[in-house]
Amino acid sequence: MTQVSTEKVIYNRAGQRVVSPNYLLFEAPRTKHFMTGSEAVKEAVKRSSVDASVSYPITPQSEAAHLIGELWVEGYVGVYFRGESEFGVMSEIAGCAMAGARCITTTSGPGTLRAMENFPMWAGTRIPVQLVLMARGINSPLSIQPDNLEVSFLLDTGCMIWYAENAQDLFDMIIAGFVVAEKPEVHVPLITVVDGFFVSHTREAVMLPPDDIALPPYDPYKAPMPVIDAEVPPGRFLRDPFVMKSNYISYATHASWQFEVRAAIERSRPYAKHYLRGLIEEFGDPEAEIVFVACGTAAAQSKEAVRLLEDEGIKAKVVKLKTIRPFPVEELVNATKNAKTIFVPEFNVVGWLEREVRRYLYKRSDADIIGTPRVAGGMTMPPEVIVKEVLKILGKEVKHVI
Amino acid sequence: MSYKIYQVNEALREFVPREIIDLEEKATWGNPKRGVMDLPYAKELIEEHSLCAGCPESMAFRYILASLPNPEDTIIVNSTGCTSLVFPHIALHTVHSLFGNQNAVASGIKRVLEWRFPEKVKDVVVLAGDGATVDIGLDCTLQSFFRQEKITTICFDNEVYANTGGQESGSTVKGHVFKMAPKGKQFEKVPMWQLAIDAGCHYVARLTVSSPKRVEQVVKKAIYVAREVGPTYIHLYTPCILEIGLNSDDGLEESRARDKERFAFFEYATPEAQEVINRKKEEGLL
Repeated sequence: MTQVSTEKVIYNRAGQRVVSPNYLLFEAPRTKHFMTGSEAVKEAVKRSSVDASVSYPITPQSEAAHLIGELWVEGYVGVYFRGESEFGVMSEIAGCAMAGARCITTTSGPGTLRAMENFPMWAGTRIPVQLVLMARGINSPLSIQPDNLEVSFLLDTGCMIWYAENAQDLFDMIIAGFVVAEKPEVHVPLITVVDGFFVSHTREAVMLPPDDIALPPYDPYKAPMPVIDAEVPPGRFLRDPFVMKSNYISYATHASWQFEVRAAIERSRPYAKHYLRGLIEEFGDPEAEIVFVACGTAAAQSKEAVRLLEDEGIKAKVVKLKTIRPFPVEELVNATKNAKTIFVPEFNVVGWLEREVRRYLYKRSDADIIGTPRVAGGMTMPPEVIVKEVLKILGKEVKHVI
Repeated sequence: MSYKIYQVNEALREFVPREIIDLEEKATWGNPKRGVMDLPYAKELIEEHSLCAGCPESMAFRYILASLPNPEDTIIVNSTGCTSLVFPHIALHTVHSLFGNQNAVASGIKRVLEWRFPEKVKDVVVLAGDGATVDIGLDCTLQSFFRQEKITTICFDNEVYANTGGQESGSTVKGHVFKMAPKGKQFEKVPMWQLAIDAGCHYVARLTVSSPKRVEQVVKKAIYVAREVGPTYIHLYTPCILEIGLNSDDGLEESRARDKERFAFFEYATPEAQEVINRKKEEGLL
């Protein structure tokens, strides 16, 4: 008896078989590859039916942007060019998204700040652009080294912010990012952060699904705003330019629009939870009284510190935050309910994550919250340094560590 | 045909405002020969305007919108300034995003529309003031010309930052006293039309809005050339009668006076552009 398949096989414009996000992320067989974070970006974009990307050189994100260009040559990306500056690039990619494209771009450090005016505009325009941010120091003095101070400037732009720990995270987050950001009830931009150099330039094992399958293409007509393509009635044909007038209707409109952007980020929670397998990841002794709350490379180093502390006979755990916007507040409260001391190790001088943790745990945790260790300007954070800080604060003898 | 998007849903017709029904019934769609001569008879694509009484920019808006050869498939990108107050009144797809990034946004839109709709003609037209085009947005403007983006850029030059209260701009003439130039402007008016030529525009025109028919011709040439060849640029004098101390009925006379001097009609076309213009003339479209 012949089996008749009722499923219609659909191919994207690059000739890849279109599969569901669940299949691509969770079910497709994976094979092990050895690659840098930048190459993981390429592999994710290759499987995401991306329509457009605009690039600009800045260390350390340049390689990822080159590789997206190669995908354009190979036919996996529809539109690709180099813009004139990050300000121009973020406007060009906005134009691409308004015209109905699934878009990705990349930047780092000073480029992020050069582009800054665009990010709240992206959010207000409700375009689901994905920006892969390979964090680096910002001037002055000039630095090209890893440092994530720039993220603190992005916290209130109205964009979602996710933070990848390693190349594997980055690969999965980019794919999941398009799916979550493009949900009609979300439909806001996503900034996927990764630490520059530590992840962008370091080779590690990454498990990849086959490259002849890809995400379903973006359907711009499901967007909450009219696509700027003259195929749908225009959304800005108003009888009155109320948003620009000095009256209470215009104030209320502007205010409610900003609330709506933030509400859209909140609505991303269940989707992000599903596609990221939780907004946080816990590592170490679940009942530990010493808890590291961290993201990115700081989380990776904290995991090593947990292992070293175990050798010292001290139980500890890491709560890795995968999303910063939305902030995983309930998950964090839950994961820190036994905590007596919470350490927030960070790669920046201001301690923006410590501020966030304090804000969200205010009156919800009795633990001491300590913003240490904190390194910046390209300094590394060896696990021994983390352990030393912990032992010092616990009043224990520092002997086995440097 | 995209102009079907202006057809009113029958079930809702009785609730739809008259001006939207007029757009369906009386505006000129699907006719590349439309032009300023339709103004007295056809429904305009701009619903009233929110500029000062007698502002020549309002004339420019009306003539340009009446002259678009393909309004049903035209995207208009604008920038911050007096012009941004008008866009919500325009019946077409319009974008305002930031001050000075209009040519960057337009580049992205044009490239994606070409990719998404290879079989269709979608015109992208930038309308922005002199501050947006020549000062804060100069980088994005020129870079879009360097990249040979197939867009038409129209600058409404009122020689001043009018919307913010009358400050000197790069387009102000030397010596003119405006706010932020209390001793008079210290350097020459930026010759944007010349920069556009040097940056690679294929059709460039400089003119006032004193002759509606001439505006129509220039707009149509610029759009046809942009469609086929590359970037085009129109520099229009739209004086801020308020900031130069004129009355609301003086705009036309002021424009005519400048026709004889710094806004004397000037037109430039590359051979490729001229070929398109000649062909469109033969087709009776110019």
